[in-house]
Amino acid sequence: MSADRVTPLAPLSGPKAGTEAARNPGTELRPEWFEEARVNLSGVERRAATIPTRRTVKKEWQAAWLVKAMSCIDLTTLAGDDTEERVRRLCAKARMPLRTDLVEALGLEAAPKVGAVCVYPTMVAAAAKALEGSGIPVASVATGFPAGLMPLKLRLEEIRYAVGEGAGEIDIVITRAHVLGQDWQALYDEVAAMREACGPAHMKAILATGDLKTLRNVFKASMVAMMAGADFIKTSTGKEDVNATLPVSLVMLRAIRDYLERTGQKVGFKPAGGLKTAKDALSWQFLMKEELGRDWLEPDLFRIGASSLLADIERQIEHFVTGRYSAAMRHAIG
Amino acid sequence: MTAVKDILKTMEYGPAPESDAPVREWLAEHESGFSHFIGGDFTPPAKGRFFETKNPANGEVLARIAEGSAADVDEAVRAAQKAFAKWSGLSGHVRARYLYALARLVQKRARFFAVLESLDNGKPIRESRDIDVPLVARHFYHHAGWAELIESEFAGHGPLGVCGQIIPWNFPLLMLAWKVAPALAAGNTVVLKPAEQTPLTALAFAGLAAEAGLPAGVLNIVTGAAKTGAMLVEHDGVDKLAFTGSTEVGRAIRTASAGTGKKLSLELGGKSPFIVCDDADLDSAVEGVVDSIWFNQGEVCCAGSRLLVQEAVAERFHAKLRRRMETLRLGDPLDKTTDIGPIVDAAQLERIKGLVETGCREGAECWQPSAKLPKGGHFFPPTILSGVAPASTVAQEEIFGPVLVSMTFRTPDEAARLANNSRYGLAASIWSENINLALDLAAKIKAGVVWVNATNLFDAAAGFGGMKESGFGREGGREGMFEYLKPLGGGPAKKPVKLPAPDFSVAPAFPPAPMKVDTPKLDRTAKLYVGGRQARPDSGHSYTIRNPRGHEVGQAGLGSRKDIRNAVEAAHKASGWSAMSGHQRAQVLYYLAENLEARREEFAARLEAMCGGGKKAAGEEVDLSVRRIAFYAAHADKYDGRVHSTMARHVTLAMNEPFGVMGILCPDNAPLLGFVSLVLPAIALGNRVVAVPSSLWPLAATDFYQVLDTSDVPGGVVNIVTGATDELAATIGGHDDIAAAWHFAGGEGIGNFERAAAGNLKPTWLADGRAIDWRDAAAGQGRGFLRHASQVKNIWIPYGE
Repeated sequence: MSADRVTPLAPLSGPKAGTEAARNPGTELRPEWFEEARVNLSGVERRAATIPTRRTVKKEWQAAWLVKAMSCIDLTTLAGDDTEERVRRLCAKARMPLRTDLVEALGLEAAPKVGAVCVYPTMVAAAAKALEGSGIPVASVATGFPAGLMPLKLRLEEIRYAVGEGAGEIDIVITRAHVLGQDWQALYDEVAAMREACGPAHMKAILATGDLKTLRNVFKASMVAMMAGADFIKTSTGKEDVNATLPVSLVMLRAIRDYLERTGQKVGFKPAGGLKTAKDALSWQFLMKEELGRDWLEPDLFRIGASSLLADIERQIEHFVTGRYSAAMRHAIG
Repeated sequence: MTAVKDILKTMEYGPAPESDAPVREWLAEHESGFSHFIGGDFTPPAKGRFFETKNPANGEVLARIAEGSAADVDEAVRAAQKAFAKWSGLSGHVRARYLYALARLVQKRARFFAVLESLDNGKPIRESRDIDVPLVARHFYHHAGWAELIESEFAGHGPLGVCGQIIPWNFPLLMLAWKVAPALAAGNTVVLKPAEQTPLTALAFAGLAAEAGLPAGVLNIVTGAAKTGAMLVEHDGVDKLAFTGSTEVGRAIRTASAGTGKKLSLELGGKSPFIVCDDADLDSAVEGVVDSIWFNQGEVCCAGSRLLVQEAVAERFHAKLRRRMETLRLGDPLDKTTDIGPIVDAAQLERIKGLVETGCREGAECWQPSAKLPKGGHFFPPTILSGVAPASTVAQEEIFGPVLVSMTFRTPDEAARLANNSRYGLAASIWSENINLALDLAAKIKAGVVWVNATNLFDAAAGFGGMKESGFGREGGREGMFEYLKPLGGGPAKKPVKLPAPDFSVAPAFPPAPMKVDTPKLDRTAKLYVGGRQARPDSGHSYTIRNPRGHEVGQAGLGSRKDIRNAVEAAHKASGWSAMSGHQRAQVLYYLAENLEARREEFAARLEAMCGGGKKAAGEEVDLSVRRIAFYAAHADKYDGRVHSTMARHVTLAMNEPFGVMGILCPDNAPLLGFVSLVLPAIALGNRVVAVPSSLWPLAATDFYQVLDTSDVPGGVVNIVTGATDELAATIGGHDDIAAAWHFAGGEGIGNFERAAAGNLKPTWLADGRAIDWRDAAAGQGRGFLRHASQVKNIWIPYGE
């Protein structure tokens, strides 16, 4: 078979993740990479359904995987009643997500930290101050989160504002109408402009998959966001009717794999909304490892957007250490 | 203990063993050996002999199992016979209660059965836990429902008697459920022989039957190897045989039971195609391959073991597949993260190795993932043999292991041609996002089960079973219930009215039989009818047809092997008939009725002269023949398939498909009506037939070809070969290009006919042991004839966007 007809698959590797050189520079818009995309809902659902049944981790392996999941959490508060004090409390939890006695009992080399703290732009400054010296980045939603229906000029300005306040990561939302109207050029231009506005801040593109409805839409939007330079693609704002699901995530991971095969660039993934239990976290971790490999278990390529998940993970870790089922009150809230 | 901090670096999965403690306790209680389960009790083997069953993951002996002798089989069959009257006499509702209890108990003992199955067979616990055992419960629930509805949904049908059931080692408990549930629902009693490699779940199930309070003797289990199975097959007290296993053994069972009148269903081997079109969701198709050939170590009769990929995406698809193979985990079947366990035993492992070596020697490129094989058990790695041609051994032979052979195709037509280039026809999996293309391929592929954008979907509500050398009969659903029922009425074969034997002598008769008339009649020559033309018999011989008083009424060609051969060739050429719509065929058949009626007096006179019996009776036979033709003409566009109620968001189409070319041996009684009653249902559904009319009185059938000629029945749809029934039956039975055959002519030749049919495993139908009065519409026509003239293809189409 002639090589010019079929794109051979590159190995699943690329520049060392986490380095600036590894950042996805994007490509020009290449509709031929996704326009013929075929996504079979039932097939995707069957694969997704067996991820948590084909894989499991027990005992110390489970404890280790949960510690790893902890380090991938974007600890999030995105509520209308957020205050700076509330954000400071969350940041304190982010610095020390696991009780010291449990850290010691697990014999960890270092206490875990979460992946980032995720807040609204006006809370970035408070968060950045509270996290100073911790190495934990502040992630800010921007671009008229969650609906994204502000004028583009204002959305870009919001990104620049958040970065100026100290955000190291920006979670943008896309204009769903561009996907529903299959206007890929408009979507590409918008996301590319946002990426430019982010500057050195890493950009996570929220696709709001619950609004896109079909898995083919999800696949196409994922590809366009990556072509436009997204460092991460993210499922949901947490405000749609349906948030992160395993089938949607599986399709996004397959898009990441396709993009890697074509460009050699690794793009990260962030499910958000609906991951509440340690078991949920493990299911997504299995999905990452099975579909993309070991590298996608680390926070530079995998984040979980969650607020209540951490508490359940703490309880499960305590159960592993003591053999007793734990209670939420035994762990500090964020 | 591995340190958490180290696991954080590797992020390995670690061990996740399922506890086998309760199963070990149970095995320890039976340390002295497991007995047969006969007449409601555990019964030690008469000869006191035991064999061992081993854990394929490490070779450890799990238990000693009774070896069934002739005496044991005999005792079990007698127990089943004794229990039959009472069990079959229960109302469907009461039998349903027992089946419902079994379903519930399977659920309550789910984990025990899953662990036991994985220990004995080597399949990963995920599969026994999530697939096998839930399907077992589902099967008993579904058939509790059929028992409940038996009187209304299967009116006019009753149980067969004692069912001898022989099941394989790949899905030991599930195959038990597939066999036992419908048999009991229909009111039969059972003697079951599980595979010698995996008898344990069946023996545990015996305990479950006792828990459910199943009456003694309704379910009997005799353990043993092939010899024990053969004794069950040959036992006179068995009325029905059901077998799942290799085509080789299925053929032996067909041969052994030939001519005995035992009803038979066979679910045999496969080399099922897995077709990936260039517009498929390739990633999902890759997972389909995993679920297809790396499910149950590939030890699955319907495994999609022949990958056919469209050239344009072949390279990409293979790369994706290889990468996916790297993440498959081989290991301890009781570990919850194991994808592939060990092969069931050393013999099977050797067979797989041998075939893979043959494949490589014949030019296949072999690829296996890099992971090392676990030690101790009979492990074989997932394997792809690519660049395989249809001419390769591994493209034709069933490997029954985790080995996929792959080839490419250029066009959908070529995909169908490659897919059908196999003696087998069990299942097919078709991957395309174009519903037009997928359904077109589904229609073209000769297989009992077709999964569109899916694979290995099973549900008790849908029939499962094969075409061609993959066997016959269906398990599951309404179509499966018929395998355990027979039509009532007509009674057992009555001693037929004594008819004279035909005289096949071919020498000129001297002195001639007395002729009543003074002026010689103009000679009228009955010929054979092949491909729409009258043909002289290849033998060059004719034989004399006489009326009951011994007077000559004419002569008929003495057909032979070669005439059957020619007729089959002609029938194959008439494939356009099968492609026509039911409505189009109906028009032709109505026209046939019209033209027969126009010649009523001529046919009546012929019948009266040939068979005697009076003018009135002869006229009635012609009238009834006209009505029978109209009956099947009416049915031509009404014998609908079904949409089975299986899983949510799935359409499961049960399509009634014609076999293609059928052979039909017609009875002597009612030589016109019998002929019409058998040929018409076959052709109404689109079959083309090679019919052998009554050898005693064939002339009404040979007259009939003129009616066929004038009625727009395309040449080759009905071919008529007259001659000696037994000889022609043996040829039809032994013809590998005839897909199904009916023998209603009775006589000594039935054994030879069915033995010959073992060659290509064509289904045979012998009137269910009834002597049919063809004038009686209740017995001589109906859906039963249509059912035997068709085979059900279940097409699964999951949907959703």
